[in-house]
Amino acid sequence: MDPKRYRQLVQERAPKPNVVRDATRAFLLGGCIALIGQFVFDYFRLIEPTRGEAVAATLATMIFFGAVLTAFGVYDKLGEWGGAGAAIPITGFANSMVSSAMDFRRDGIITGLTSKLFVIAGPVIVFAVVVGFIVGLLRSAFLGLFA
Amino acid sequence: MIYFWAFVIGGLITAASQVVLTYTKLTVAQLLVILVSLGAILNGFGIYDRLIDFAGGGALVPVSGFGSSVVAGVVQEVRRLGWEGLFTGVFELTGLGLAAALVFGFGLALVARPKG
Amino acid sequence: MSAATVAPATKRVGKYTLAIDQVRIAQRATVVGPREGAGPLGKWFDQVEQDHMAEQPTPEKAERYFLKQAVQLVLKKAGLSPDEIDFFLSGDLLNQVITSSFTAREFGIPFFGLFNACATFGAALTLGSVLIDGGYANRIIIGASSHYQSAERQYRYPIELNVQRKATNQWTVTGAGAALLARDGSGPRITMVTPGRVVDYGLSDTNDMGSAMAPAAADTLLRHLSDTGRSIGDYDLIVTGDLSAQGSKMFRLLAKDAGITLGNTHQDCGVLIYSQEQQPGAGGSGAACSTTVILSYILSEMENTRYRRVLAIPTGALHNPLTASQGETIPCIAHAVVFEL
Repeated sequence: MDPKRYRQLVQERAPKPNVVRDATRAFLLGGCIALIGQFVFDYFRLIEPTRGEAVAATLATMIFFGAVLTAFGVYDKLGEWGGAGAAIPITGFANSMVSSAMDFRRDGIITGLTSKLFVIAGPVIVFAVVVGFIVGLLRSAFLGLFA
Repeated sequence: MIYFWAFVIGGLITAASQVVLTYTKLTVAQLLVILVSLGAILNGFGIYDRLIDFAGGGALVPVSGFGSSVVAGVVQEVRRLGWEGLFTGVFELTGLGLAAALVFGFGLALVARPKG
Repeated sequence: MSAATVAPATKRVGKYTLAIDQVRIAQRATVVGPREGAGPLGKWFDQVEQDHMAEQPTPEKAERYFLKQAVQLVLKKAGLSPDEIDFFLSGDLLNQVITSSFTAREFGIPFFGLFNACATFGAALTLGSVLIDGGYANRIIIGASSHYQSAERQYRYPIELNVQRKATNQWTVTGAGAALLARDGSGPRITMVTPGRVVDYGLSDTNDMGSAMAPAAADTLLRHLSDTGRSIGDYDLIVTGDLSAQGSKMFRLLAKDAGITLGNTHQDCGVLIYSQEQQPGAGGSGAACSTTVILSYILSEMENTRYRRVLAIPTGALHNPLTASQGETIPCIAHAVVFEL
């Protein structure tokens, strides 16, 4: 069979993903994690003096939750069930760091654990910082903050 | 009402991500990078902050909220310090979470083993 | 030197196939993890470990433990010591074939480390048979291994990462198999081998290796049939390595396109090893997949005379994470081996 024809056939015969089921699960799981985030945010709005500090504390708390659920071997099961519902929230970002560190723990603390913490999270941080810097610069200029 | 919208907006962002992952060749890593950048850009237009006012955790918890917070921190610090804020502001709101991820990640990886 | 002055290779059949005389699987042993032990073939394996880490500190060491157990078990069953073995031929999926090399360190048998990805066992069977048939060895131990955690680390993601598996994803088999090839003994004979060519139909989705490997399996099957003049009806069973559910479907389509209907004659080790309740995605994979299934279930059923002539086609995908991230397509290989009672 001609390779081109075969590639076409592979596409035609690929198992059909159950988009409705997967998106529903992602919606429910992502929604629940966001709702928990809202409760945490509410709490910090009460005790923190500024909204910015409440945001910072909320992100950190959610990251803590994600890290602990990873260590207990729960977060990968959430991901298997809810897909993007587990991957897209900031808890999934924490999961990517802790899971990498746990996997490479056996290769040593310096050559393994600590150097592999950023294997998956690294690009997210770099893009957040670089894009955030550029957009922050433009926005500050637009607001006339450098005058 | 904020709880309803937190659930719905948070759910919609992740459900839309799921659909994108299903129908495109994008990997989760690529999508995370896109979302975090998108959050930063939307904050630049003053949109993402309004979404956080409206949906709270629903906008804050997806990684796009992380990107948005970087910009919010930069603007806040530029207001306070001038141009130095462009650099110090990057981690103003996100530094707490990043340091937490590093410390908890390090500590937990020391004691926990992958279960598989 | 003109071609006429060279004696023709007398042990070849057709263009690609080699005829093997008097080589048997004299002994065999399989050691697998708990997941494989709980699967439909559980009772056929010699040893099922209760812990997939086998109480070892790293997954790489655990994989080595499985291979060493399998080799020791074969030696014990045969009542032989390592210095009575002429060669140890073995391979695995880890960089620099470390599982096999490090295991070979323990036995002091002349050693070749093989890499044909998940088709490695086919390469070991082929080369082992040729060495014995050529008069260069009396007894050879061949082996292959893989481990879910070490393979994930090498090819995919951290174990605890929130990854949603796709329907075409496969599950790497944790385990190892070893066999003693010899002229004497009473096990099934190896009568022919058709070595694989590297075949690449331009697929690059590492989440669907079955579809990438199917053309290699079909290529080898067609060359084997054309060389030998045999048809599917001459075999009781044609068993592929780890095409899985998806790859098997594509393999049947390719065969059908060439005018061959496989029907119930075809089975796949990757489909056999796990039940659907175990949620293995499309099925098992890894170098241990074809190795442990052939060396336990398939050859035992031959000895029970359920099958008298079997064509085994271990399949392998020859990419690595680097080539995948550089956007290269997946080259694949499949070796065919004929077992007869």
